[in-house]
Amino acid sequence: MSAEKAERLERARQLMMAALDGELASGEREELDRLLAGEPELRSEWDRLHEVKEVTDAMSLRRPPEETWEMYFESVYNRAERGFAWILLSMGAIVMTGWALWVGLEELWGTADLPTYVKIAIYAMLLGLAVLLLSVIREKLFVRKTDPYKEIQR
Amino acid sequence: MELTLDRPAPVGDRELLLRTQSGEREAFGELVRVYMRRAYYAALGLVGSHEDALDLSQEAFARAFRARNRIDPELPFYTWYYQILRRLCFNHNRNRRTRRDRLRQNSEWLAEEAGQRAPADNPQRAAERAETRRRVQQGIAQLKPAEREILVLKEFEGLKYKEIARLLGIPIGTVMSRLYTARRHLADLLEGGP
Repeated sequence: MSAEKAERLERARQLMMAALDGELASGEREELDRLLAGEPELRSEWDRLHEVKEVTDAMSLRRPPEETWEMYFESVYNRAERGFAWILLSMGAIVMTGWALWVGLEELWGTADLPTYVKIAIYAMLLGLAVLLLSVIREKLFVRKTDPYKEIQR
Repeated sequence: MELTLDRPAPVGDRELLLRTQSGEREAFGELVRVYMRRAYYAALGLVGSHEDALDLSQEAFARAFRARNRIDPELPFYTWYYQILRRLCFNHNRNRRTRRDRLRQNSEWLAEEAGQRAPADNPQRAAERAETRRRVQQGIAQLKPAEREILVLKEFEGLKYKEIARLLGIPIGTVMSRLYTARRHLADLLEGGP
């Protein structure tokens, strides 16, 4: 397809959208008619898009029950409050868990009366947890590459 | 439906935001009441279920409240809020489990316009319309996120191209091209094509 034709098609498609949505500027209707008359495939595309527009025009989003709105803001405010509490709780929990883990490992290292195989088992368990965590992170990264939502910013 | 997205911010928004930032909780409540319906419907169009739309639109307001001191009162609140809402909705849809559930549930999030409803004494016509509605719902659910979003903003929120462009931060030409792609895909899906 020549660059000129591609440009003409793109222009026609934009005009078709504007025509369907009642956003044509003055003079554009004639331009669209000329383009449609010159390209039979565009005319059939126009008919299809027109049908889709008619179908979607006949639809609206379903209205929720009226009581939905009565406690809407209270729920928003409660969420905001709880969100702050969760942040504090999580920060505290992370610091305490990290500290407890560190102290525990230090004590474990220095405990002479604990059988070696128990020490090895505990270290193996922690290593396993770390590997699992890394594996989940790697999978998430892999999924992102093939995810149709990847272009959507988090 | 009219949306005021042009700068500067609507007078009401600006005043309510300033009052919110000075610690008046009820001012934010008023802002929520102004935009809660629009926010809910925007989320409903994106996620397709009443419960999720309610949950996500409220969560977005809660996040906006927590970040209230970072909001520029000179800019329209809804444009800023919508960025939070759409990210939440897209992240929700990104989750494979919820996306599968959503498609399986095929929740009834679309309705027919009152003037289009079949008379009660014509069950065959009513059944045809219900089938069309079901296919449109399924078709829209299968669109790519950006296509679905633009179709919802145009068809169900009734925004003008200029308003969509401002809300999404894209040129008007891109709005039209994206809308064309969305409608063409929807036409293919309704015809049982690719």
